Amino acid sequence: MLLIRCPYCEEERPELEFRNAGEAHIARSTNIAGESDDDFEKFFFIRSNPKGVIYERWRHIHGCARFFNAVRDTVTDKFVMTYKAGEPKPAKLPGASK
Amino acid sequence: MNAAFRIPGAGRLRQATASFSFDDKSYVGIDGDTLASALLANGVHLVGRSFKYHRPRGFLSAGAEEPNALVQIVRDDARKTPNVRATVQELYDGLTAHSQNRWPSLAFDVGAVNDIASPLFSAGFYYKTFMWPKSAWKNLYEPKIRAAAGLGVSPDRPDPDHYAARYAHCEVLVLGGGAAGIAAALAAAETGVRVILADEQAEFGGSLRFESGAKIEGEDGFAWAQGAIAKLKAMDNVHVLPRTTAFGYYAQNFVGLVERVSDHLKSPGRELARERLWQVRARRVVLATGAIERHMVFADNDRPGIMLASAARTYLNHYGVAVGRNVGVYTANDSAYAAAIDLKKAGVNVAAIVDLRDNPTGPVIDEARALGIEINFGRAVIRAGGKLRVSSMTVQPKNGGGERTIPVDAILMSAGWTPSVHLFSQSRGKVAFNEETRRFVPGTYAQDCVSVGACNGTDGLAATIDEAYAAGAKAAKDAGGRAGKSAKPKVDASESWSRGMLGAAPGAGPDTTVKAFVDFQNDVTAKDIRQAVHEGMHSIEHVKRFTTNGMATDQGKTSNMHGLAIAAETLGKPIPQVGLTTFRAPYTPVTFGSIVGHARGALFDPTRRTAIHPWAAAQGAVFEDVGQWKRAWYFPKAGEDMHAAVDRECVTVRKVAGLFDASTLGKIEVVGPDAAKFMELLYTNPWEKLEPGRCRYGIMLREDGFIYDDGVVGRLAPDRFHVTTTTGGAPRVMHHMEDYLQTEFPHLNVWLTSITEQWAVIAVQGPKSRDIIAPLVEGIDMSDEALPHMSVREGKICGVPTRLFRMSFTGERGFEVNVPADYGEAVWEALWAEGQKHGTCAYGTETMHVLRAEKGYIIVGQDTDGTVTPNDAGLDWAVGKKKTDFVGIRGMARADLVAKGRKQLVGLKTKDPKVVLEEGAQIVDDPKQAIPMKMIGHVTSSYWSENCGRSIALALVAGGRDRMGQTLYVPMPNGTIEVEVTGMVFVDEKGEHLNG
Amino acid sequence: MAKAAAKTKVVEASVERRPALAGRALSAPGVKVEMLPPAERISLRAPQASLAALSKALGLTLPTKPKTSAAKGGRTALWLGPDEWLVIDEAGNDPLADCAKVSALHSAVGISHRNVAISVTGPAAAVTVNSGCPQDLSLGAFPVGTASRTILGKAEIVLLRSAEDTFRVECWRSFSDYVFTLLSEAASDAAN
Repeated sequence: MLLIRCPYCEEERPELEFRNAGEAHIARSTNIAGESDDDFEKFFFIRSNPKGVIYERWRHIHGCARFFNAVRDTVTDKFVMTYKAGEPKPAKLPGASK
Repeated sequence: MNAAFRIPGAGRLRQATASFSFDDKSYVGIDGDTLASALLANGVHLVGRSFKYHRPRGFLSAGAEEPNALVQIVRDDARKTPNVRATVQELYDGLTAHSQNRWPSLAFDVGAVNDIASPLFSAGFYYKTFMWPKSAWKNLYEPKIRAAAGLGVSPDRPDPDHYAARYAHCEVLVLGGGAAGIAAALAAAETGVRVILADEQAEFGGSLRFESGAKIEGEDGFAWAQGAIAKLKAMDNVHVLPRTTAFGYYAQNFVGLVERVSDHLKSPGRELARERLWQVRARRVVLATGAIERHMVFADNDRPGIMLASAARTYLNHYGVAVGRNVGVYTANDSAYAAAIDLKKAGVNVAAIVDLRDNPTGPVIDEARALGIEINFGRAVIRAGGKLRVSSMTVQPKNGGGERTIPVDAILMSAGWTPSVHLFSQSRGKVAFNEETRRFVPGTYAQDCVSVGACNGTDGLAATIDEAYAAGAKAAKDAGGRAGKSAKPKVDASESWSRGMLGAAPGAGPDTTVKAFVDFQNDVTAKDIRQAVHEGMHSIEHVKRFTTNGMATDQGKTSNMHGLAIAAETLGKPIPQVGLTTFRAPYTPVTFGSIVGHARGALFDPTRRTAIHPWAAAQGAVFEDVGQWKRAWYFPKAGEDMHAAVDRECVTVRKVAGLFDASTLGKIEVVGPDAAKFMELLYTNPWEKLEPGRCRYGIMLREDGFIYDDGVVGRLAPDRFHVTTTTGGAPRVMHHMEDYLQTEFPHLNVWLTSITEQWAVIAVQGPKSRDIIAPLVEGIDMSDEALPHMSVREGKICGVPTRLFRMSFTGERGFEVNVPADYGEAVWEALWAEGQKHGTCAYGTETMHVLRAEKGYIIVGQDTDGTVTPNDAGLDWAVGKKKTDFVGIRGMARADLVAKGRKQLVGLKTKDPKVVLEEGAQIVDDPKQAIPMKMIGHVTSSYWSENCGRSIALALVAGGRDRMGQTLYVPMPNGTIEVEVTGMVFVDEKGEHLNG
Repeated sequence: MAKAAAKTKVVEASVERRPALAGRALSAPGVKVEMLPPAERISLRAPQASLAALSKALGLTLPTKPKTSAAKGGRTALWLGPDEWLVIDEAGNDPLADCAKVSALHSAVGISHRNVAISVTGPAAAVTVNSGCPQDLSLGAFPVGTASRTILGKAEIVLLRSAEDTFRVECWRSFSDYVFTLLSEAASDAAN
């Protein structure tokens, strides 16, 4: 069981308290009704599914109940860092190897 | 009374006797024995038959690595544990054990014909032999193989034992309680941090159990270990766990341990768990898992009586048991000499030491020679004699020459020691091969752990304790411990050995066909491994699977290195290039019970019951599972079956009224100045203009435009909505709403609170519903003018606060009475008493389903399946046409979702009104077409409607609303059913009953 | 039918309150597990700017540090999230009514009946809770006053350490049977 740092609780907590919520930084258009088919497809269906660093949303559902963002390596299953919802994608990752 | 092979004065056991039976024969052992040592004390070596060839087998080891001595321990009819290692099972008075894999008896086993026919059963036998014909696999080969295979018999009754589990945290977790582990734990404990020390044995000490030459702090090594453990146990910050196996090392220093709590007890109390699972999170882990001695690979090296030298020493020095009276020794390193010396000193004749090495020197060799033991250098044991027990060893110069057969009743062997890197490897650490010492040791670490002592390739007790003590202190310091006073144990005398050999010994080389076993448990010989390579298995992982070397319960603890060396030799590659197979959890077998822990029976999954449940149960309600909830399904009266009860309930509700427990409906309170804005975004309907005190049926979509949930929403105040969801949808709807609120619409000032369990909900439905409720209500005007259909008021009922909804899921005048849950049952009883004046009934979920289907009200998840749009369901009216945004607005507009010919919800009436369709049945428009027919839809809901006097159904049918009046067909196994497409409302099409 | 308007009537009757598992208790060596009596509770949600006004109305300072709680006069506020508190009143006063007087932005929702509380007391209390709760419950990591929403087996709980050897376990009403049973089983094992 992984430990995941909740940026709101400011500590690492057991994975059992969390739920993954898919890829992060995919913003819903403020004019979604007017979106083209292509844009809606990109927004709703297309995910990057990378081998390596992924930006994800997690929810501390059985803790503070907040959604937050996490950077995780899909190869090692290690969390690189976590940050609050609404904060921008970090420009630089701590200890980034690539 | 002493057993024949128990040596008076030897060993450490107290003389309290325990009687036990093995294969129905009674024996006497001593308190503190293992089943293995007790049997050996009685001269019993033959304890099992091998898996494939059914060869007679004895004890190879004295510990967890045992591949042969697997027995069935029987406590009673329900407690029959197979594949217990006799070398680990502690003896208790009355223990009953049986050998496995033999018929009719251990000494005469019919299956042993496999041994004679063994050329047939060589590596890859199963893959090659049972290929053709293909059909025979399923009907013939597999059943036969399954019947013949398997070790032991699994119990056929539910496990009556219980299992405990707990999470634990510590700064330093020490795995292995030998000299290294104890030293590390002492050092860590001094710093005050939390320390857990675990060892798989009943007693701590590890190899100090047999190392008679170890002296620490002026004491015998084992005695020192017991003193140190007593000291550790007395410390508040230390948890000492004997009989506890670390079976898995997972991410971020999360380690799984199984503590065997009561398997060693004669009659464990009911309060004791059988096993306890520890899930430990440690800041630092110290691996002190020791090393495992390897056997020599020579012809017939599996005969009972042939065992590891250290095992014989353990039986002697710890249990006071001689494994024979005239033993031979076959070795490629020094450690077997110590065994020979100890046995000789105990009065056992050592027939000869056969040492593969040419001219080794050292103190143990001198001592053996001084004791008068015959030593043969540069020679090999090329064969063992005997069948049910070894009777001789045949010796030959290792480069060939004259043979000499020496009578023996046991052979002690040692090819050297393999560091136990299993847990290190499970931690994702990378092992490195040390060319000089020919062993894999921890190389690159992946987690916050450190290996010490023999598992780290450290030889010698003094060096081990130095290393372990320093590592324990550092681990504690790194984990936040204060500096402890150094009290490093002083080593006065120690034993040390290294080196040895890997692979087949002379006489079992590539030019031979002898049965020189590499893996005893799987009957894998040196020849099998070579054959696997010759047949093209060049990866060690392929060799493993082709030969099964290293598989099954012992996971190759004694065989991996030999197998690897033989494969490498055959491939002509150096060992590191061939590489080790991956070590996986569990280290030793783990019971399902310990993994399940408390989660069985009532604790398998929470069973949720409503506040009104006890009343329903007392009334004889039949319950159905709806997710985790128990819901009253129907309320049969005496003599009624389900249909009769449901028919009565359905009619009573429409004629009089009925009470229904709707407490499980999800409920969410949406509060804040932007509550209406939020509702606009999450539901298709318009909400801004809904007046406080009024309700609306809402539909929630996913972003893809499909129906996700529905429910009635009441506006309690401008900034407060009481939202209901489906029973099953409650948690995910809350999650979905929180997701949008927190991440897409965080600017909105609104908050969500689950109130599902705050309110018990009593639906009172039917023409008499108001008459039943009104006398109990205060502060609410119940007139149609003041409280019209789809409105909500707050007031009191029976003196307790209520949120009273006027709404209907039956089509009749109806109310849903929300009261605080603890009052739910009492208010129900009051309403029930009131209802009795009118002849009302209680109804369950089945009647609820029928009544709503009679009105064409959908159930999300039954009439919809995640691919149904509001339009498909005929719910376009609930979508706010002027709205510019809500979740699903864009998805709903996708080309496929607005295309013609989509499946639409319609009603179905069978031409024969008595026929009730099956839910899920497929629908075609031409029953005469060729199979496979084109299916145009399926039945989603279908019931007998007593109110209609006929069956009714809802169905999703392609272009359904354009097919009104058409005849369609439902092909079933016993005939095709004709149906007519109709509207979805079967009762009161005009909706007059709502105010009836 | 029944067109005649039903009149609002004053009803005397007050009905019996039947709390879940009322009175259930289990004693094991080193630990006691028992149902606690009903209490008043609200789920309070509010932005930072409203905390002063709400604290004043509630008579205690709402904690803002994760995993902490504040208690005063039989009332305890547990930090559950950055804008979420569980307020429990065991003195018979109504925090919902207190919050109703506050005009500052907030959401207060009554959940007195949604939650039930189980007390786990004794030297083996932490070990008992750790049978299903994966958090570190040592006094160093989870000192007196610590509060956290977390997991107990397959149920969500709110855990409050009210004394060195006492935990208050809050769960939803329908999970109380599961939570109580799990704690009882664990209690029986805890001292072994």
